[in-house]
Amino acid sequence: MDREEIIARLKPIVSTYVEDKDQLENLNEATDFIKDLRINSANLVDIVLDVEEEFGIVIDNLSMEKMLNVGASIDIIETKLVQQ
Amino acid sequence: MNKEEILAHLPYSKPFLFVDELLEIDENRAIGTYTFDAGLDFYQGHFKDSPVTPGVILTETMAQIGLVCLGIYLSGSAEGGMPGHVMLTSTAIDFMKPVFPGEKVRVEAEKVYFRFKKLNCTVQMINAAGDVVCKGTIAGMVTNKMNA
Repeated sequence: MDREEIIARLKPIVSTYVEDKDQLENLNEATDFIKDLRINSANLVDIVLDVEEEFGIVIDNLSMEKMLNVGASIDIIETKLVQQ
Repeated sequence: MNKEEILAHLPYSKPFLFVDELLEIDENRAIGTYTFDAGLDFYQGHFKDSPVTPGVILTETMAQIGLVCLGIYLSGSAEGGMPGHVMLTSTAIDFMKPVFPGEKVRVEAEKVYFRFKKLNCTVQMINAAGDVVCKGTIAGMVTNKMNA
């Protein structure tokens, strides 16, 4: 699975928690969940739980703390997929 | 943590403490009671001449007994953990019956998940007749600092 493919699968998960749909259109690796998408910490947890389900992976606390933007999240997802 | 320690850690006082006693608490659920004091200030205006407990207060009561007590228990019982503060982040509640001044209610909360510091619970409030008066889902973040 390449990074473009991961973004395509992330988008519908993230869209559930985003009010500003324009920001969503421009979703890229630099997009910050809190600063750009204005997602709160509680919904960030929901996104991580949804990512676990979508990709069939388990994300630990340390990894979760790094998932603040799209690029970092893809890194974690790729790492976890390889570990399986 | 035992029930007394949890109650002692609640950050509320009158007139905004809506927990009288905790009946049961473990890693999956919390059960407690509260009797609505007829002298509470909001009854004077909600509603004029016909006092009934506001839905937001019923929600707060379920949050204090369910979410907050359970959050304090879970954070305080974790290995090396300190009892945290619970910041409310979402609610989805349905209301079925009114609760009048002086009524005693029982709140039952079940943990759905507690991950990455977020606690999500299903909650329900039951009146003295055994009827469910309101129920739904409440979630919050368990933090080390208040308002953060």
